[in-house]
Amino acid sequence: MTGNIIELTGLTRRYGQFTAVDNLFLTVSTGEIFGLLGPNGAGKSTTILMMLGLTEPDSGTVRVCGLDPTTHPVEVKKKVGYLPEEVGFYDDMSGLRNLIYTACLNGIPESEARIRAEKLLERVGLANEMHKKTGKYSRGMRQRLGLADVLIKDPEVIILDEPTLGIDPAGVREFLDLIVELSREQKITVLFSSHHLHQVQQVCDRVGLFVGGRLLAAGDVKSLASQLFGKSPYTIEAGIDFPPAHAGEAPGPEERKQAIRQALLNTEGVSSVSEENGILQIACARDLTGEVAAAVLGAGIRLTSLNKREYGLDDIYYRYFEGGATNE
Amino acid sequence: MNNPAVTLTGLNNRNRSRAKHPFRVIMEKEMSDHLGGWRFIILTAIIALTCLGSLYTALSNMGQAVKPNDPEGSFFFLKLFTISDGTMPSFMVFISFLGPLLGIGLGFDAINSEHNRGTLSRILSQPIHRDYLINAKFVAALAVISAMLIVLGLTVMGAGLVSLGIPPTAEEFVRMIFFILLSIIYVAFWLNLSILFSVLFRQPATAALSAIAVWLFFTVFYPLIVNMILKPMEPSAAASPYHMVAFEQLRLTLMRVMPNQLFSEATTTLLMPSVRSLGPLTMEQMIGTVPGPLPLGQSLLLVWPQVTGLIAGTIISFVISYILFMRREIRPR
Repeated sequence: MTGNIIELTGLTRRYGQFTAVDNLFLTVSTGEIFGLLGPNGAGKSTTILMMLGLTEPDSGTVRVCGLDPTTHPVEVKKKVGYLPEEVGFYDDMSGLRNLIYTACLNGIPESEARIRAEKLLERVGLANEMHKKTGKYSRGMRQRLGLADVLIKDPEVIILDEPTLGIDPAGVREFLDLIVELSREQKITVLFSSHHLHQVQQVCDRVGLFVGGRLLAAGDVKSLASQLFGKSPYTIEAGIDFPPAHAGEAPGPEERKQAIRQALLNTEGVSSVSEENGILQIACARDLTGEVAAAVLGAGIRLTSLNKREYGLDDIYYRYFEGGATNE
Repeated sequence: MNNPAVTLTGLNNRNRSRAKHPFRVIMEKEMSDHLGGWRFIILTAIIALTCLGSLYTALSNMGQAVKPNDPEGSFFFLKLFTISDGTMPSFMVFISFLGPLLGIGLGFDAINSEHNRGTLSRILSQPIHRDYLINAKFVAALAVISAMLIVLGLTVMGAGLVSLGIPPTAEEFVRMIFFILLSIIYVAFWLNLSILFSVLFRQPATAALSAIAVWLFFTVFYPLIVNMILKPMEPSAAASPYHMVAFEQLRLTLMRVMPNQLFSEATTTLLMPSVRSLGPLTMEQMIGTVPGPLPLGQSLLLVWPQVTGLIAGTIISFVISYILFMRREIRPR
């Protein structure tokens, strides 16, 4: 685990007015499994294409295995295996022939290519289907063949772009296990792009969160949560209701709502309070469930429900990808 | 349990001298795709059948074709390629008509089908230069076409030899070889044009239609347009010869934009040695000429501009598709 095998500095790529990748800094160290997590259209694929020299950055530099893929694409592609999002094979050739073809393109003599291809097909569990035409392969089989195709050149880095798309859950599990196993066995650095956070959580040593062409945060899942939510990793949801107010007595519900919000905000450790449909959302640094309950009841408000939530990648995901960043 | 890690690192110390160059790998794959595909079989069948037809008409009309005092009398064998009885075009005409179809047929889906199958990004992420793919595809298709045309040409010669019983002279043989080479260049032009369309258009059907549209435009509409433009400019019968020659030159220049015009001029000169000029000749120039065939060297000199034009057209469309392909961003599907 020495040094960085992938280094992106200030990488920018624009398509007309649209900036797909915006001043991206990213390093991946040798031997780790790095997850690039982001919604569709976040610029993950564009970043990957730039790492392979298949598209040129507008500014910034890419270094993969110490080489610049824009000027030395062939050297980089010798060391980097890439599994595209929707991998295609020559349908009228068998899986084995497809692999041998790739191996020959990598300068491996045909006799050795065959030995390697057979070994790898066995490894990815396609030993019985190797002579079948790839046109008849199922989606999961194609992905496994794709993995074998990437590994046949004996790469230092493999880049997998949404490799689990369209595989059934059992297949995904198997596929991910295979990736982890192979990576550990052969000391291959893996860059894994996905929008499925659970899969990323399952296999990756480190995760980079990618939204709108920017890297929001990078690190392991735990440090990611603290990076993103800093002072408030807990959210407490409190359902509130107001007992029917007697005429002339006490302030109306709106004022009382304001009062309880203010009271909660004054509590130590609470960073923000919001209210929607009678549910208070209280973001806080510690577990303040008891204090919140006491404060609500103390204000003479009926407490209908109380729920404590801890942040996982799930929340990161929803907060940043789907709802956009609220609660700021 | 096999451990691939051990095996793979063991193979790292392989002897690389036996490995094939990636360019050759792609070329061989493309060639075997062409040769094994239905498309090539159908195209070959069409061309072989028309060949047989024209050979049959040529052979059955050989008797009438030979006249006493014919300046081309010594080029009896070449008539196999050029004569017809009016019902069926000659071999030469067939090639000029079907050659484009052959070129378009083998090139129209060169790049876009790779893209649609999702293999383009996979192949280009292998350690090869991007131009290997497009160059290898061109060379492979050209090799297949050359092999086919050479086989056809030699078959026609052989059939003629058997049925006529007269062997071709050395000069006739060389002229026929040049004719085949010329056909290959002509088909290469259409092949490159269709590869260009395959880079331009995502859908193979669009690319094929565009290439066929260009072909139809040149064979059918372009001559009509040229005639329409020239009709009002036609000099009267009383015009000076200078005017007439200038008009004829203009007409030829306009016609020579068409690749098929270049091809037919060049093949006519090669296969009919008595053709001594492709432009207008004045009576003054004709005076004192002995009717007789041109030597091979002179015929070749005569068609040199036509051949150069065809090669230039081929190179231009190749360069355009090359530049477009090299600058394109390779996205998976």
